Amino acid sequence: MNEFLQLLIVGISQGCIYGLMALGFVMIYKATEMVNFAQGDMMMLGSFVAWTLIMDLGMPFWLGVPATLIVMALFGALVDILIVRRVIGQPQFAVIILTLGLGIIFRAAAGMIWGHVPLTIDSPISGFSSFYGIVIGNERLVIIAVTALLITILWTYFRYSKWGVAMKATSQNQLAAYYSGIPVRVIISAVWAVAAAISALAGILLAPITLIEPMNGLLGIKAFAAAVIGGFGSMPGAILGGLIVGIIEPFAAAYIPAVKGSMVYIVMLIVLALRPQGLFAQIHKKKL
Amino acid sequence: MRILFKTNYKQDLNLAKHSGHRFWYGLLILVLLAAPLILDGYYIGEATRVLIFAMAGLGLMVVTGFTGQVSLGHAAFLLIGAYTNAWFLAQGFSSFIALPMAALLSMIGGLLVAIPAARMSGIYLAIATLVFAIIVEDVAGHLSSITGGNRGMMVDVPMLFGYQIWQSWELYLFVLIILVAATLIVLNILRSPLGRAMIAVRDSEVSSQALGVNPMKIKVFAFTVSAAITGLAGAFLAHYMLFLTPQIFGILLSIQLLLMIVLGGLGTVHGVFFGAVLIGVLETGISIAKDALPSSIGGLPGIEPLVFGVILVSVIAFEPTGIYSRWVKIRSYMEFFPIYRRKSFKRQRVYLKTERLK
Repeated sequence: MNEFLQLLIVGISQGCIYGLMALGFVMIYKATEMVNFAQGDMMMLGSFVAWTLIMDLGMPFWLGVPATLIVMALFGALVDILIVRRVIGQPQFAVIILTLGLGIIFRAAAGMIWGHVPLTIDSPISGFSSFYGIVIGNERLVIIAVTALLITILWTYFRYSKWGVAMKATSQNQLAAYYSGIPVRVIISAVWAVAAAISALAGILLAPITLIEPMNGLLGIKAFAAAVIGGFGSMPGAILGGLIVGIIEPFAAAYIPAVKGSMVYIVMLIVLALRPQGLFAQIHKKKL
Repeated sequence: MRILFKTNYKQDLNLAKHSGHRFWYGLLILVLLAAPLILDGYYIGEATRVLIFAMAGLGLMVVTGFTGQVSLGHAAFLLIGAYTNAWFLAQGFSSFIALPMAALLSMIGGLLVAIPAARMSGIYLAIATLVFAIIVEDVAGHLSSITGGNRGMMVDVPMLFGYQIWQSWELYLFVLIILVAATLIVLNILRSPLGRAMIAVRDSEVSSQALGVNPMKIKVFAFTVSAAITGLAGAFLAHYMLFLTPQIFGILLSIQLLLMIVLGGLGTVHGVFFGAVLIGVLETGISIAKDALPSSIGGLPGIEPLVFGVILVSVIAFEPTGIYSRWVKIRSYMEFFPIYRRKSFKRQRVYLKTERLK
């Protein structure tokens, strides 16, 4: 029983990371109908930026984290303004290749700047908590708490703030939003900024658990699986999908070690075969 | 400007539309056949790799370019083809058995993917195929009794009529002949009703259904043919690599294949070859240029993928429809010289309008 709970909490905290990354995918997908295959690499860049600010330039941790988020938000907006904006309205293939290419560039650039030797960030959160016979790392509890907080903030933002509503409108119909006076271009850049900041946060949260290295960007594929399980157009679905993926992993590793690497993907294929729209998808009409 | 004067209905069915086509493609094939006389071993090896990638790209083009189903998992078919070929050769069969078996097994793999995949579309399909490739790679790593697992597997040289193909130019010619045959098969499929149905499914699934095409059947057919061709390419890739590990066939290879055909120009057979040549020239060119640069720049780790990525992104940002469409523009500029209009290739942008409720 204790082992079960232990695995569950580890899974939930890992799932929160995947959920945050999936959230980034889903936001960009909803706003621009583009799939950002470079999301995982943006997370990786975020953790490297945090390393530079905190470990290299010596910023205090609590200042370094918001600074990283701002840097990465600016970076996300710049990527949109300089590169991605050009392919809006182009066929899906162009978009997929563009973001895949961006991912390759980010990974190579990170390898050139920060090297391929794994780095660590000294986090102020350390130690273990134990309750009901479970021992759990404090940083895992922080991940869960931060994710819960972020979801609340995002929900309020999309529900009540003017910009949040404008983002939702843009994601439904770009032309109509434009006619209603919403600055669609600015909104899309803002969505990229928010998505980049969220994935940078995921990168910072992940840093104490795993080491920081350029290949971390490939975790994006698991976040993809999460977004697919959740249904690629639903923000609560992204978080739930992330949790499902996160929980499957430690249990597969503990009970069915032969398939621990691909269990997540097998589950994803089953979900896709049964419900091609994802578990929590919203209604789509088929376009002609 | 050439004006075609049609005197026979059968003229519309010809593969080569006019004598210019016959002349230039004939010349191309002659040059390719004569290449081993001119080039030395290293460049013949590079050319062989370009041809193998062109074959794999041809397979991917059938399903992605002509049927509109994005596949990010074609490395899986390469893997199946490569290992099947290597296994049959290791058991002492000749290439006459091993190559068809590679195509056949990978075709069965394609069929397995196609049946669920035919129900999906767009991004879900891309991710499902990506995941299929990850699982196949994982399985190949675990089946160590057949594939040698992660320790790898040696590949025997091809055997034809008891003759072993050792020389690099012999392998080059072998690949070239099979590639020309595969290209002719694809071209012939494309001018048959099946091929036109594939293109109809790509352009609009609903309209093709209204015209009596069954999109499911067409997609399954396209996947199967595509997997067979890619599996064959995988078999040759095994001969080119000489040593197989599952890691070779990772996600990056699938991505590279997709990049190749998109850069070349989706939906054209020319695009496959343009893309394969571009990727081949880029890789060889970057590694040559790296040696020429001062070691402070050229010696940096990761400069190759960086340059590669930058070129990819700039091609997509400035010519999203690929190199072939740039070539078509240049050609029509010359054909219509004084009266060419840039706007005739302008495409309408599509703005996002979803039917989502939230």
